[in-house]
Amino acid sequence: MRVKEHPILNFNHQNEIHFTYNEKPMVGYEGDTIGAALYDNGIRHFSDSVVHKRPRGLYCAIGNCGSCYMQVNGVENVKTCMTLLEDDMRVISEVDEDKDD
Amino acid sequence: MINRDLVIVGGGPAGLSAAKVALDAGMKVTLIERFNQLGGQLIKQTHKFFGSKLQYAKTRGFDIAKILIDDLNGFSHDQLEILLDATCVALYPDKVLTVYQYGKYMKYNAKSVIVATGASEKILAFENNDLPGIYGAGAIQTIMNIYGIQPGKEVVMVGSGNIGLIVAYQLLQAGVKVSAILEAASYIGGYLVHASKLKRLGVDILTNTTVKKAVGEEKLEKIITVKLDEKWQEIPGSEAEMDTDVLCISVGLSPLHQLMSMAGVKMVDISELGGLVPKKTCDYETTVDNVYACGDVTGIEEASSAMVEGRICGLMAANHLGFKHPNGEQLEDDLNNQLCVLRQGPCGEKIRCGLKKVGEI
Repeated sequence: MRVKEHPILNFNHQNEIHFTYNEKPMVGYEGDTIGAALYDNGIRHFSDSVVHKRPRGLYCAIGNCGSCYMQVNGVENVKTCMTLLEDDMRVISEVDEDKDD
Repeated sequence: MINRDLVIVGGGPAGLSAAKVALDAGMKVTLIERFNQLGGQLIKQTHKFFGSKLQYAKTRGFDIAKILIDDLNGFSHDQLEILLDATCVALYPDKVLTVYQYGKYMKYNAKSVIVATGASEKILAFENNDLPGIYGAGAIQTIMNIYGIQPGKEVVMVGSGNIGLIVAYQLLQAGVKVSAILEAASYIGGYLVHASKLKRLGVDILTNTTVKKAVGEEKLEKIITVKLDEKWQEIPGSEAEMDTDVLCISVGLSPLHQLMSMAGVKMVDISELGGLVPKKTCDYETTVDNVYACGDVTGIEEASSAMVEGRICGLMAANHLGFKHPNGEQLEDDLNNQLCVLRQGPCGEKIRCGLKKVGEI
């Protein structure tokens, strides 16, 4: 959920950016990174750990931890926390939905 | 190959400050920043800084970032090249750097390099500590203060150092409930002025308490806390459950040392400074000629000291290559005095001790 009122900061949540996540339409705002917009849309499970396939979320959100990699417009392993959201972006998670655990 | 007098890696308080002084001395500078804007972690700091007027005390962090960025206005593109969305992926001992930006790799050949890469957040060891919903304090600040998104319904903070206390307060400002702050030690780590403000607002700070286990399927649902004795051992039977969708980990930072390790700089492990730091001279030069380091990457401290270190570093890089800063000698004395003042007193003891150890090894 977006912060509505803040004693210090003013957020300009006006210009909508439309994108898809796993083919589902979603809306973010101008200035959002892909990661921020996904978080606001309720996405918490960003990737799976490499060996044990445990769910991972954003951990650092500034490009250090590597937990938020996704496929963006066909490019694999994009740091979603550092990449600005653009109109019509096609974001696909690299989570293996067929895992049996 | 692009030739430059100075390449600075990192556009936070240290890197920006170094750039300004080096430019004033006449160097041609390239500043490399990984994010899409300059300012480093200052851009999400909404609190007013301590220190003295010389380091912009009483000014909010994001406003300090604006000041430092504005200081770089007025230099031509030939003098100052700023690369945003650019990651320095390699630094070699001959001061060749590989920079990745927008799908392309570029090579820079620098006469000198300043590494001002800052730090990354530490994680705490407990069961299921990788569940989504468990975030570093910096991530919470990013989500909340840059993008204006509430990280969750309620937050439990782990760690009562200044960052933990300040971020807890910022959560309240963003309209998010802070259920409690857990502190493994028997005392509150941060300044009492911050802790008192939180206590007045009804946030409990539980000392001798840590998180034992996180519980949840796809994401965090609750945590199990446990009491610790004076020797930091768990007290059996003291476990308690707390429902929460967000756990914020604020247990310190460690220097982002990788580029320097790659360049063959001699590194030393100093716990007071947060981990691996470069061995350096009093001129901030590492063991590789004309490779300098400043800010959190040389030891975890405050943004105020990172700015002062950055300025000294810029000056030293200029001096060593024969560039004369118009006000060099006086500036050097002033800056060294500022650092001494910042590191005075009980709050500076840890950093003084750490820096002494770097000198001794």
